[in-house]
Amino acid sequence: MRNSGSKLETSLLLGPVILMFLFGFAVPIISFLWTSIAEIGSLSEIAATFVRTAGSRAAISAMITSNMIALVVTLCALLIAYPVAAYLCLAGRFRFTLVIFCIVVPYFTSMIVRTYSWMILLGRNGVVNNTLMSLGITDAPLALLYNRFGVIVGMTYILLPYMILTLFAAMKSVDPSFMRAARSLGAGRFYAFRRIYFPLTAHGVVSGSLIVFILAVGFFITPALMGGPQDTMTAMLIQRSVEIMFDWTSAAILSIQLLVVTLAIYFVYYWVTDSKKMMGA
Amino acid sequence: MFALSRLLGVYVGIFCVAMIAPVAIVLVLSFSNESYLSFPPESYSLRWFEAFLGDAAWRRSMSISATVAVLSSLISTTIGFLAAYAFVRKSFRFKKAFLATMLMPIIAPSVIIAVSLYFMTAKIGLMGNMVWLAFCHSVISVPIVLIIMIAGVKSVDPNIERAAVGLGASKAYLFRRIIIPLTYPSIVSSMLFSFLASFDELIISLFLAGTRKQTMPVRIWNSLHLEVEPVIAAVSAFLIGLTCLVLLLNYLVTRRRAG
Repeated sequence: MRNSGSKLETSLLLGPVILMFLFGFAVPIISFLWTSIAEIGSLSEIAATFVRTAGSRAAISAMITSNMIALVVTLCALLIAYPVAAYLCLAGRFRFTLVIFCIVVPYFTSMIVRTYSWMILLGRNGVVNNTLMSLGITDAPLALLYNRFGVIVGMTYILLPYMILTLFAAMKSVDPSFMRAARSLGAGRFYAFRRIYFPLTAHGVVSGSLIVFILAVGFFITPALMGGPQDTMTAMLIQRSVEIMFDWTSAAILSIQLLVVTLAIYFVYYWVTDSKKMMGA
Repeated sequence: MFALSRLLGVYVGIFCVAMIAPVAIVLVLSFSNESYLSFPPESYSLRWFEAFLGDAAWRRSMSISATVAVLSSLISTTIGFLAAYAFVRKSFRFKKAFLATMLMPIIAPSVIIAVSLYFMTAKIGLMGNMVWLAFCHSVISVPIVLIIMIAGVKSVDPNIERAAVGLGASKAYLFRRIIIPLTYPSIVSSMLFSFLASFDELIISLFLAGTRKQTMPVRIWNSLHLEVEPVIAAVSAFLIGLTCLVLLLNYLVTRRRAG
C-alpha cells in the first residue's frame, strides 16, 4: 500500500521532466529524422540517398574536419587544464577563489560574446597582431582569424572550463599522503607523478576529454564565425542545408551521422563515469 | 620543489590573464569613443551605450530576451526541482541511465535540437511564440537545474523530513515548510543559471525566433555576420554585466547556506 503510494508520487514528480524530454527533445528529433528520411521513398532509394549524401565529398570532409578539430581542441584543453587543476588542489583559499573567478566568469559569459571577443583579439588589426608588430616579432599582420587556428583558439577557450572542473573533481579526491609516501620511499618527483598521481587522476582525464570532445564535435557558433571555408564542420552543414537550401533530407542524414558519433562517445562517457560524478551532479 | 611550484604559479598566473583578458577587452572597448574599434581606444565615452540603449530595436530585443528568460527560468526550475527531489529521495530502477538520458539535451549538438524544434514548430504554427520559445529553452536548461538541485536536495538531512512526516505533516506542508525552505539556495541558483542560459541561448532562438522576435544573441549573431558594428561591444558589455550580476547574486545566496 505504502509502496504503491510512493510509486504514484515518484511518477507525479518525474512526469513533467519526462514529458518535457519527450515533447521538447525526443519527439522533435525523431519526427524530423523520420519524416525527412521517409520522404525519399522506398527502402532501396533511402539506402541510395543515404550513401550518396553521407558519402559526398562535402559530408566526408566536414566529418573529418569536425573530428580533427574536436581532437585537437580536446588535447589543447587537456594540456592547458591539467596543471591549472593541480594548482587549484594545492592553492590556499584566496588564490583558489581568484583562479576560480577567472574560470567561472568567462564560463558563464554568453558564447557569442566570447566568440566576438576573440574575433577582436585575433583580427587583422586586433590586439594580438598589434602587439606582435609593435614588439617587432612580425612585420605584417598574421592571419589568425577565419582559419583553423582561430577556430581552435576560440573553441579551446570556450571548452576549457569543462575540462578544468572535471579534472579538479578527480584530483580533489587524491589523498596527498600518497605522494608524500612515494617521495619518502625514494621515488623521484617525476616517477611519483607518473606512477601515483597521474594514474589516480586518469579517470578525470578520460571523463574530461570525452565531455570536451562530445561538445566540440557538434560545435556551431565559433567555427561558423571564426573559421574559413576550409573549416566547415558537420553542424554548419546541417544548418546550411536547412536555412539556405531547404534540403531537409540531407540535413537529416548529416544529423544522423553527427548523432551517432556524439551518442557513441556519450555512451563511453556514461560507462566510465561514476553516476555521482556525472557532469558534477 | 620550490622552483617547480613557483613555475606552476607563474603558469597559472598567465592562464588567468588569458582567461579574463577577452572579457576585459570587450568591457574596455565598450567605452570607446571611436567609430572604429581599436584597442586601446584613444578616447573614452558612453556613445556606444547610448547607441545601444537609445535604439528601440535593441530595447525590444532586450525585453524579448528578458521575457523569454524569466518564463524559461520558472518552467525549468519547477520541473527540475520536482525531478531532482524524486531522483534523490525515491528509489526507482535504472537511476543512472535515467539521469544520463535527462542530461542528453546538453550533450546533443544544439544545431540538431534547433533544427528538429524548427521542424516541429513550423508544423504546429508556433513560430515566434515567446512562451513556446521559453519552453524550448527550458529543454536545454532543465539538465542544468537537475545538476544543481540534485546536489541541493542531497545536502538536506532526510531525517528532518521523516520527523515532519512522523509529526503528521501532509505532503503539501512538507514541501512548503520543510523542503523548499531548506533547498532555497539551490532553487535560487537554479533560477539564476537557467535565466542566464536562456538569455544567452543563440542557436534555438536563431531558428525559432522568426524575424520579429529576435533575442539579443540573435541580433549579435546577425551583426557579426554582416559587418561588426561597434555597438556590439556595448551590447556584449551588457551581457557580461548580466553574467557578473547573476554570479554575484548566486554567491550571496549560497554563502548564506555555508554560514
